[in-house]
Amino acid sequence: MTSHPPTENQATGAPTRPAEARVVLDDIGIRRALMRIAHEIVERNDELDGLYLVGVPNGGVPLARELAVNLESLAGAKLAVGILDTTLYRDDLVGSGERPALRRTEMPSAVDDRIVVLVDDVASTGRTVRAAMDALMDFGRPRSVQVVALIDRGHRELPIRIDYVGKNIPTNRDERVKLRGVEGTLDWPLEVVVLAREGGVTE
Amino acid sequence: MMGRDLLGIEDLERHEVEKILETAQRMQEVGQRDVKKVPTLRGRTLINLFFESSTRTLISFEIAGKRLSADVVNFSSTRSSLKKAETILDTAKTLDAMDPDAVVVRHSVAGVPKRIADALDAPVINAGDGAHEHPTQALLDMLTVLEEKGRIDGLTVAIVGDILHSRVARSNIYGFQKLGAEVRVVAPPPMIPIGIETLGVKAFPSLREAIDGADVVIVLRIQRERLEGAYVPSIREYAATFGVDRAALRFAKDDVIVLHPGPVNRGVELSHDLADRRPGVILDQVRNGVALRMAVLYLFAGRPDRPPREGGIT
Repeated sequence: MTSHPPTENQATGAPTRPAEARVVLDDIGIRRALMRIAHEIVERNDELDGLYLVGVPNGGVPLARELAVNLESLAGAKLAVGILDTTLYRDDLVGSGERPALRRTEMPSAVDDRIVVLVDDVASTGRTVRAAMDALMDFGRPRSVQVVALIDRGHRELPIRIDYVGKNIPTNRDERVKLRGVEGTLDWPLEVVVLAREGGVTE
Repeated sequence: MMGRDLLGIEDLERHEVEKILETAQRMQEVGQRDVKKVPTLRGRTLINLFFESSTRTLISFEIAGKRLSADVVNFSSTRSSLKKAETILDTAKTLDAMDPDAVVVRHSVAGVPKRIADALDAPVINAGDGAHEHPTQALLDMLTVLEEKGRIDGLTVAIVGDILHSRVARSNIYGFQKLGAEVRVVAPPPMIPIGIETLGVKAFPSLREAIDGADVVIVLRIQRERLEGAYVPSIREYAATFGVDRAALRFAKDDVIVLHPGPVNRGVELSHDLADRRPGVILDQVRNGVALRMAVLYLFAGRPDRPPREGGIT
């Protein structure tokens, strides 16, 4: 388990946050987790040249970029970073009702024969990973697919395995786990918070 | 929250117009892939109900539906039983029994999509009704301007041509104004509806004044049958007075873009050289049209009697 400063409870009373937001991983903790994951990726993959980091927006994108920086400093490999929105592949878009906003997809290089590392901020049911894999297959035939999640909060509903986990955080189903940055953006410094679900809008 | 149907731009809030345009911008990426298909509407049925012929709009909706994996059924007035005594509503109700997830309607009479929407469970998308509205064409024009200019707010848009009979003009007037543009119209006086000012637009008698300082010029297609009668003396006179050519564009902004819903009457409403190469518009209008209609189908298709699934991806 990665060590991280004891910020979890201090944050609860901070005046800048709503009282129910509980920080479970702070900026330093996130950076350490991503460096450790980079080491694990190097350890598991003999050749890094074929590696293709693909972030699932919104939270996966800054994490994928940071992993690319880490992997370059560790192994000198300059890695492609893609962005893959999974919204059009969701399994819950039936009936009427408000549709979720689409996010950016930018896949700058081909997927064929690459080792694709999908990067997401929070893994839970496994449905996003399933959607991301389906989306990925529409871009080609990767040699293999591995999955990074900064947070694994459990509640899996599909047989999906996360290969690299930053931190396991047990949660209630009605809580939300959110990666967030400065003033509503996803700019560093980042932190992961647990929020009570009430009035929470799915993004 | 969007309404169930897309009957006109007039009914939409500004943020709804913006959401459709943003969604369309994302959909453009799907059209650039090798595999131009996503599974979003798999198992859903889209019915194109065209009581007035229109190859371009029909094909655009058909491709859009297929790229979202919907099953697409086209009914046009020449193929179905519409020439028999069956009424429009009977036809629509028969189609509704097939449980479509969206019905796209085009008709030469204003208000028919609304009547059909009132009778059906499925959401209805207006693909042009009489001189009322043609929302997806206007949204396509707005998407093109947004792509070329990066914004719509604060732009000056001149609409040239038969405003009176044009559903494209009406939808564009509503749409561009909602997004903060100044809209001007110019046409021979009989082709400008009385009371157009109540829509918030300025009517100009001369092309030069209307185009002066414009960022966008939307040239409407002139129906030839309307040129030989009460509205204007002749095609030649219309072309000389209101036809848009390079000389007329001198008065517009240097980076003016010229839009036309097509097909162009070359040498009438638009000069030959402009018809071949419209200034500013580099993007393929047909591709934009498919992306825009994919966005509309994504946002509107879905039967109200099928509630959204709980506990999906969050």
